[in-house]
Amino acid sequence: MAHRTSIRFLLNDRTVELSGFAPDLTLLDWLRIDRRLTGTKEGCAEGDCGACTVLVGRLDNGILSYESVNACIRFVGSLDASHVVTVEHLNRPDGTLSAVQQAMVDNHGSQCGFCTPGIVASLHGLWLSDPEPAESDIERALQGNLCRCTGYEPIIKAAIAAAKTIPTEDNDRLVASYGATIEALTGFADGARVTVESERGTTFLPADVDDLAELYAAHPEATIVAGSTDVGLWVTKHMREIAPVIFIGHLEGLKQISLDETGVTLGAGVSYTAARGALVAAFPQLAELWDRIGGEQVRNMGTVGGNIANGSPIGDTPPPLIALNATVTLRRGAERRTLPLEAFFIEYGKQDRQPGEFVESVSVPALEDDVFFATYKISKRRDEDISALCAAFHVTLDDEGMVASARIAFGGMAGTPKRASATEAMLTGQPWNWDTIQAARTALAEDYQPLSDWRASAEYRMLSAQNLMIRFFLETCGAPARIERHPAMAEA
Amino acid sequence: MDAPSPRSKTEISGGAHATRQHDSAHKHVTGSADYIDDMPEPAGTLHGYLGLSDRAHAKITSLDLDAVRAADGVIAVLTAADVPGSNDISPSGRNDEPVLATGTVLFHGQPVFAVIAESREKARRAAKKAVFCYEDLPHVTDVRAAMDANYPLVTDPLKLERGDIEAGLAGSPRRLQGEMRIGGQDHFYLEGHIAFAIPGEDDEVTVWSSTQHPSEVQHMVAHALGTVSNAVTVQVRRMGGGFGGKETQSNQFAAIAAIAAKKLNRAVKIRPDRDDDMIITGKRHDFVVDYDVGYDDSGVIHALDASFAARCGFSSDLSGPVTDRALFHADNCYFYQDVRLVSKPMMTNTVSNTAFRGFGGPQGMLGGERIIEEIAYALGRDPLEIRKANFYGGPGRDITPYHQTVKDNIIARVVEELETSSDYQARRAGIIAFNETSPVVRRGIALTPVKFGISFTATWYNQAGALVHVYQDGSIHLNHGGTEMGQGLNTKVAQVLAEEFQVDLDTIRITATTTGKVPNTSATAASSGTDLNGMAAANAAQQIKTRLVAFAAEKFNIPEDQVAFEPNHVRVGNELMPFGDFIKLAYQERVQLSAAGFYKTPDIHWDRASGKGRPFYYFAYGAAVSEVSVDTLTGEYQVDRVDVLHDAGKSLNPALDIGQIEGAFVQGMGWLTTEELWWDDKGRLRTHAPSTYKIPLASDRPKIFNVKLADWAENREPTIRRSKAVGEPPFMLPISVLEALGMAVASIADYQVSPQLDAPATPERVLMAVERLKAMVTEAYVSGEDEADA
Repeated sequence: MAHRTSIRFLLNDRTVELSGFAPDLTLLDWLRIDRRLTGTKEGCAEGDCGACTVLVGRLDNGILSYESVNACIRFVGSLDASHVVTVEHLNRPDGTLSAVQQAMVDNHGSQCGFCTPGIVASLHGLWLSDPEPAESDIERALQGNLCRCTGYEPIIKAAIAAAKTIPTEDNDRLVASYGATIEALTGFADGARVTVESERGTTFLPADVDDLAELYAAHPEATIVAGSTDVGLWVTKHMREIAPVIFIGHLEGLKQISLDETGVTLGAGVSYTAARGALVAAFPQLAELWDRIGGEQVRNMGTVGGNIANGSPIGDTPPPLIALNATVTLRRGAERRTLPLEAFFIEYGKQDRQPGEFVESVSVPALEDDVFFATYKISKRRDEDISALCAAFHVTLDDEGMVASARIAFGGMAGTPKRASATEAMLTGQPWNWDTIQAARTALAEDYQPLSDWRASAEYRMLSAQNLMIRFFLETCGAPARIERHPAMAEA
Repeated sequence: MDAPSPRSKTEISGGAHATRQHDSAHKHVTGSADYIDDMPEPAGTLHGYLGLSDRAHAKITSLDLDAVRAADGVIAVLTAADVPGSNDISPSGRNDEPVLATGTVLFHGQPVFAVIAESREKARRAAKKAVFCYEDLPHVTDVRAAMDANYPLVTDPLKLERGDIEAGLAGSPRRLQGEMRIGGQDHFYLEGHIAFAIPGEDDEVTVWSSTQHPSEVQHMVAHALGTVSNAVTVQVRRMGGGFGGKETQSNQFAAIAAIAAKKLNRAVKIRPDRDDDMIITGKRHDFVVDYDVGYDDSGVIHALDASFAARCGFSSDLSGPVTDRALFHADNCYFYQDVRLVSKPMMTNTVSNTAFRGFGGPQGMLGGERIIEEIAYALGRDPLEIRKANFYGGPGRDITPYHQTVKDNIIARVVEELETSSDYQARRAGIIAFNETSPVVRRGIALTPVKFGISFTATWYNQAGALVHVYQDGSIHLNHGGTEMGQGLNTKVAQVLAEEFQVDLDTIRITATTTGKVPNTSATAASSGTDLNGMAAANAAQQIKTRLVAFAAEKFNIPEDQVAFEPNHVRVGNELMPFGDFIKLAYQERVQLSAAGFYKTPDIHWDRASGKGRPFYYFAYGAAVSEVSVDTLTGEYQVDRVDVLHDAGKSLNPALDIGQIEGAFVQGMGWLTTEELWWDDKGRLRTHAPSTYKIPLASDRPKIFNVKLADWAENREPTIRRSKAVGEPPFMLPISVLEALGMAVASIADYQVSPQLDAPATPERVLMAVERLKAMVTEAYVSGEDEADA
């Protein structure tokens, strides 16, 4: 196995080789302070406002694609063999404005201008990847970009206007340099283990999954960083020491997705964005929830594995995955074990994960026919918000219309994502009707004693959780039970 | 520019009333617009970070800063003892706001010390190492709790009174009382606070500050340094948003940066992290409104007695004028026969609340609209009918509670046109029909009007200056006292100047606001930026033009009326000279080509003690219809459609004005829906970052959003080109969203019970209002008193 002590990547039109950097150095600080590329702004330093949005290009099976990411919580160490593109590099090869930039100017899409570079970056990413975005696609691409001045209307208009221009070599620098970029990134990916030493600790980039297992077993105190959408905040908000750090976002071996009639298996390094296709194909009921996890930048960075491994009681994926009877595979060295996901969450802040052991994959069995399955998220703001609560219902009926099995899981209702065992027991064997649902609502109060906080009061959490049982019941009966997004939103 | 053919153009490019892009739009989209944190730093620049109290109310019994001083990269640690001048940045003059707290801390997050270090990261890490010891004191964060605890007022309250309130209430055929709670709001400007101080000779210092009020920063810095204003220069090219949050809140950061810069003789920059910015700086005031209203069977209000209590925080800041403005807008568009309105600016152990777009007006107006809504539901009528029944108009019905006559009233026409263009009546009928057959999802619609008074109620603030230079080549330099925070002020003022000189807009260069060029400026606030600074710039241009005309008349021996400024040219008798050539000639003939312009708003006066006067030069009007869907199982909702008709007078730049309206609407909608400030029992603000404090996203904006200017509108007062201010008035249009949500909730009880939805109407508040009405319906059903369907 080859070894390196530096990382190599492209920054706009330059090749960068970096060594000696701190494991918690953020891309934003490096761009603004070290490189004086001040077009990219810091708005919140927690991946929520999008003022720091840049594009990161990566090769995936020889195909180069660019995704929007939050530079504020992205660590420089994670950028090996990628192409970082900032707003300074988004205008056309001849220096004139890009289609997105021109449309933003023409439609009065900027006022104070501080969010604008991030919005331009997000929209540029959309423009490259989606030639005919529906309004809902534009909104989704902008979920992670806050604007306080415009009310967004002119920005949406700008995105629609930009889509009238097709990206070509003549009008887009990234397209123009596509071949050269692929060549450069291919050259960087030499399969080496990278070890970078600095005053503030060590950065590791394992060569492959086996190397990760070996490194983590040798350094069980290390912080594993996949998408850094959580660990990033440990640094920017809590100034926690995280060294040594093992980055895993680059490992192809953790990005495997399998979809067949038995279900879906996701490697722990699969981002929410990458997982969407397979998961929604197998479980169409997950589509709406999936598009409400974080913003686009967070979905491009964050991983399902990370959402599980961090053990948060308010993560969006554990409730549906538990209801779907998912299993998680953990690995330490060469040893692997697989356990039901619900068993992984022991109590608040504590998971069934040994020192040196990491989440390697998650498997979700396919839905059988005639299963009623739904998942609902309640949050103060519809998009890019953390759940007040998240519900998942998985119910099967027998031939007589009685409940044969019920798997119900909630996030935000307890110290961990947790099943509603009393409610499930109460439901089983009962007829699937209104009276049963009313009884189940009562039973739910036995399962949970939710807390009050800034996201919701205990009363609201319980009441809306109980009411979601009604929504679920009504929807299994084919009755409309929630707001339909406006027809203009239904294009996607 | 065009070749100098005299007849080539009949109009200049970018004059008054033309739609033009924001002057910095190209720079915004390419990332080349510089904000203060983007400026190159002089060698040796240091970085400051503030150390905050972690008690809501406590005596500091000891503060050990040794570990802070010893931390890596730390150059200095400053406390109140290091303030060379006055340890006070109170904008009210009440000396109740220290630069750095000493002795007792009054809110959780109050700055107590500052660390100056080699890098921002080192300063920030070091600041965490302080060891505080406290003796806790009782604290109060809630307005009602402050009243119950007899907490003091932070400033003198205001009373507006007209008629005989006791007799009016007693004589009213109907009467109701109620309470409304209205939440505050964080500004969430995308660029947080920042100050960058560069020391000069003697006692001089230059401070780059992200501020709406450079003159006040200048005065505060001088005050804190113990020097005079002429030693301090404050500059700002642009802010990444302000919204009122940078009217007084910049003082602290600027003062500390300047103190450190002078002490260490190095450039010092201070920029708090977003969470600290939200914890340290004031917000929109929360209010509790108590009302007692007398009205009749047709919904006409006879008498209103109301109090407006506000969470002011630990100090006065701008709470006096903010709570005053709440009272000034409690009438909105409605005439009250007998009225008494009082303010209660309550002290609380929270951050000191401050200016925010509308400046108390939105809270006052929302209280007034709640009363209309209550009357409507009590009478079983469409609230719009009640509104129309109470509009100002006609003899004897045009006097406000502050005794100003409403002379420019156009609200009836605005509402009538909007009602028609939005198809309000048919849609409302359709919604009521929909609700009858929809068990879970309910819809609501509401049309609400806005009348907003324009002028600072501190009358002396209604003045402005501008500095205009014409250079020998005909290029023009524009500077004025206003600040650019995204609203397009610089663009509009430059358009005014282009129109005056009859030159293309790109002839004019807009320069950073600086106290060295235009002194004694007012805050860019109260929507007044264009009104005041546009007039001052026009005045400067007129002075130069007067000199030029006199020069040309003499030089060419023609009457002055034969000298005219025509598009990019000057007509001198029969000759048409290119503007640049004419200016060159004027220079050679030693004409002064620079002027300082000035403007003060005429005809306004205000006597606070008697509660009488004409505080507002004019009113701006508007109305909105909002339609929403509500999920009655969870309280979730969406805004389906909004139609707006707004009065910007004769708009100086329709695109920029529509941008202000759309932006204000969505910001106001956020205030009334998802933006919730939440303090815990320790007095800690727990919603202090975008992860916990939820401003609207693109996907929250109204799905159909029709915004129109009333193109027939014109200011009846001689304002700049007959335009009207547009920054704040549209912020109150989304009261229609809150009321539409209320209607959807009210459908539960067949529109017979007032939904009394408080703000912000989070999904939780909506669901709890639904539950309240469901319980009332069930109770009525059980007791057989009513047949309202469940």
